[in-house]
Amino acid sequence: MLTSIAHRASGIVLALGAVLLAIWLIAAANGPDAYAAVNGVFASWFGQLIMFLWSFALFYHLCNGVRHLVWDVGVGLDLETARMTGFVAIGVAAALTIFVWIWALIA
Amino acid sequence: MAEFRLPKNSRISKGKRYPAPKDAKNVKTFRVYRWEPESGENPRVDSYDIDLDRCGPMVLDAVIKIKNEIDPTLTFRRSCREGVCGSCAFNIDGKNTLACITRIEDIDGDVRIYPLPHMPVVKDLVPDLTHFYAQLESIEPWIKTDTAKPTRERLQTPEDRAKLDGYYECILCACCSTSCPSYWWNPERYLGPAVLLQAYRWIVDSRDEATGERLDDLEDPFKLYRCHTIMNCTNTCPKGLNPAKAIAETKKLMVERRT
Repeated sequence: MLTSIAHRASGIVLALGAVLLAIWLIAAANGPDAYAAVNGVFASWFGQLIMFLWSFALFYHLCNGVRHLVWDVGVGLDLETARMTGFVAIGVAAALTIFVWIWALIA
Repeated sequence: MAEFRLPKNSRISKGKRYPAPKDAKNVKTFRVYRWEPESGENPRVDSYDIDLDRCGPMVLDAVIKIKNEIDPTLTFRRSCREGVCGSCAFNIDGKNTLACITRIEDIDGDVRIYPLPHMPVVKDLVPDLTHFYAQLESIEPWIKTDTAKPTRERLQTPEDRAKLDGYYECILCACCSTSCPSYWWNPERYLGPAVLLQAYRWIVDSRDEATGERLDDLEDPFKLYRCHTIMNCTNTCPKGLNPAKAIAETKKLMVERRT
């Protein structure tokens, strides 16, 4: 039940994040001043925090989406497996998020 | 439209307390939802302190003891007291299950007993299951055949019979359907896990000859596809069955018959 609600919540977060992405692209199209202003907000600690949470929502939604695809084939629907894959989805999403941020900060 | 608060007349008020006898040593409190439709009052939660040394081991034993010895106005359904009739389905300690096969000792702290969630209440612990039964009837849960009547039983191979395992055992207690958020939001149009499990039980029965017709009937955005694999149904089933699996298999059959 928790993973199901989280799947919906992360989907909503992704949609809101897409608005931020659109703002960023519109700013880029409006010239260097507008781009610099928006980039400044995104690069602030608050902007980074939002992006960190957004990336976790992205990876969680992705991992749990794969879980749903496997269920649709009729596999992994018994209680123990479903519980286990729930933890795996959260764990893999967390690992991917941390990995991407370390990679982004080094690069 | 989703409701986030109970309607005014459904909000629970403080109830009465019935203390245990003075010489009781092993006391446990049972907090039971009470609602009397004729009184015009809001529902309340009454507390009954039960001496476990003078009570059977199951939650149903305590509920029967309350009715017999403490408060005869308490209303609930029960029959077989061994998990095969499905009458005593309540929300016990936050989980839908059968009172007759739930041990008192397995519950920490007070035992909270409520009627099955998100159903109209008739009185106290008795939910109105009229709509649930109407939905069951809508899937025609009986064998349907076109071919001529055989002169003896309709035979089935052991392999085909095995396909019914995990489905024929359902006792229709409604624990799963009333634990399902999708069923809470769309009870008028979504059939819910219990009825869909029953539908699948007839779809996979090799003796039934209306498989296509049954699938046609379920091919509907609401009846079947409101299932989002939340898994509350399988989690709560007191018989250990898997309605989520039955629904997933039905969805698969929908796709497979198109290819």
